[in-house]
Amino acid sequence: MVATSDKTPAKGTIGSGNRKPGESTSQAWLKEDSVPIVEFRDVTKRFGDFTAVDNVSLKVYPGEFFALLGPSGCGKSTLLRMLAGFETPTSGTILLDGKDIASTPPNLRPVNMMFQSYALFPHLTVAQNIAFGLKRAGMQKGAVEERTREMLRLVKMEQFSGRKPHQMSGGQRQRVALARSLARNPKLLLLDEPLGALDAKLRESTQFELVNIQEKLGTTFIIVTHDQEEAMTVATRIGVMNHGVLAQVDTPADIYENPKSRFVADFIGDVNLIAAKVGGARKVDGEDCIHFTVDGYKQDFVARSAEPLAKGTEAYLAIRPEKITISKSKDTQAANQIEGTVDDIAYVGNLSTYHVRLANGSVIKAQEANRRRISNRQITWEDKVWLSWTAGGGLLLAN
Amino acid sequence: MRRFTWFNATSLTFGFAFLYLPILLLIIYSFNESKLVTVWGGFSTKWYGELMRNEAMLDAAWVTLRVAFFSASLAAVLGTMAALVLVRAGRFKGRTLFSGMVYAPLVMPEVITGLSLLLLFISLNLDRGMLTVTLAHTTFSMCYVAVVVSSRLVTFDRSLEEAALDLGASPLDAFFSVTLPIIAPAVVAGWLLAFTLSLDDLVIASFNTGPGATTLPIKIYSAVRLGVSPEINALSTILIAVVSLGVIVASLADKRLAKSRGNQAQ
Repeated sequence: MVATSDKTPAKGTIGSGNRKPGESTSQAWLKEDSVPIVEFRDVTKRFGDFTAVDNVSLKVYPGEFFALLGPSGCGKSTLLRMLAGFETPTSGTILLDGKDIASTPPNLRPVNMMFQSYALFPHLTVAQNIAFGLKRAGMQKGAVEERTREMLRLVKMEQFSGRKPHQMSGGQRQRVALARSLARNPKLLLLDEPLGALDAKLRESTQFELVNIQEKLGTTFIIVTHDQEEAMTVATRIGVMNHGVLAQVDTPADIYENPKSRFVADFIGDVNLIAAKVGGARKVDGEDCIHFTVDGYKQDFVARSAEPLAKGTEAYLAIRPEKITISKSKDTQAANQIEGTVDDIAYVGNLSTYHVRLANGSVIKAQEANRRRISNRQITWEDKVWLSWTAGGGLLLAN
Repeated sequence: MRRFTWFNATSLTFGFAFLYLPILLLIIYSFNESKLVTVWGGFSTKWYGELMRNEAMLDAAWVTLRVAFFSASLAAVLGTMAALVLVRAGRFKGRTLFSGMVYAPLVMPEVITGLSLLLLFISLNLDRGMLTVTLAHTTFSMCYVAVVVSSRLVTFDRSLEEAALDLGASPLDAFFSVTLPIIAPAVVAGWLLAFTLSLDDLVIASFNTGPGATTLPIKIYSAVRLGVSPEINALSTILIAVVSLGVIVASLADKRLAKSRGNQAQ
């Protein structure tokens, strides 16, 4: 059932999240001749004066597990609802398997959706809920029963087939909703915040289960979530949305390591953003880098850059706290070093985050794994410390 | 009540006496042996027997039941449709006006409703009888159904309908297989309300009825004008029983609805 089995994995690309390279999707987005299953072409959706989706173009390929990620109200759910047919675009076209689906009502689209509230029919049993769509697909009674059993087995809910939705826990309902939306074997499954109502522990295990089910069936999944960890865990690619615009579409690793804008860098994970003044290009270990200065410090710093930056422009250095090493002495080997004072220490058990105040008043967060017990910690409040990081650790982003 | 005080006890007694003493008296006197309504002549059920032999009374009762059944059913359909449009259609021009107009008959004096309907039927050249009474009752009881059903629809999770559409049901199929079964208790409560309202309506019915379609309240009213017969007491007692049964069933249905909603909300 894996739709993309004919595609060979591209070599030399980074695998994403929990997936091994080449698994199920084969990085179809990197190849010119790949045929997308879903394509948004300049899609805009307005509600009155409010623009929910602003000129979005996006291709999703067969077998992908695509995540739409963004803060609430960024338009990600609207994008999903337009695919399901509950909203019509104000302008632009949506293609499913190459065909414009604008005039196809939701009940005739080969797309199924798993709702945030699960939307299980309260007056029907679990089995009847799953059979609902099968009966409407014109299946014979025996086939409906068999498929229902098969779906219950898939989500490990066989013993609950006679229960009503209100007789089950949130996690059980979530499984039934998933089974129901997959029963008709859709070309595309849409998931609207499917794990939002589950507690943290259950959510984590369910994320892995979702990935396993998706890989087993080979169905294309598009998930909407505001939880970046969830998106990183399940997705082959992530589309980060903000104010109705797709800010960046990339693999989880690229989204994290190579954000293209301050918004993406800031939204995904924890990041330090330090104002910088661009000096010029410089090669470090064969890699193109840019050197720059930071207000209040005489020395030069180097970092990668997403785009060429002209000398003298204002930019921001984006660097993740875990990429910064903190020590009491200067590390002469590192490409970048900066001196500061420890302002605060946040201890969360496995990690400690040091808030270090720079000479110019801004604060940098540096994270260290607590490999030793806390009593052996050498750095404490008000200590003078040196922060260091490699040339490839930071990324310069245009203002 | 946490504390018993004489003030509370007295006000409660007088309050309930004020409401229910006349009805209680009527029920007691329906079992009166004496032909005189106000004089107690011993216990008897003879007026119930007498009532059963009164063809005209029984005819009127049968007419009333049929009018109540058909008008309540029609009102349930129309009221549910009105509620669906008012709750679902979103903001269209004149929505407030329309919803106001649906609820207006609730507070409209019955005389005006009755008279205006009469004028309508005359101008339509419709012979007054069963049909006109049924239609008249439908018009005013429909509003009650609309109120009951729309209060349920406000809390109805739209994604249930969307899920039905998503699973391949046509909009009509989605309504009958998902929406209607879920809001059914509210529709039933509305139907019962409409049924009881039709059962005891005098004013609107008397404007719009014709020969051969005398409803029970009209019959009772005209009989009372000629002097109160103990038979009327017996009939009224039966009516009270029927109406209270309707109210009890309606409130039980409503309670079950609230309970299942509570489960859903979990």
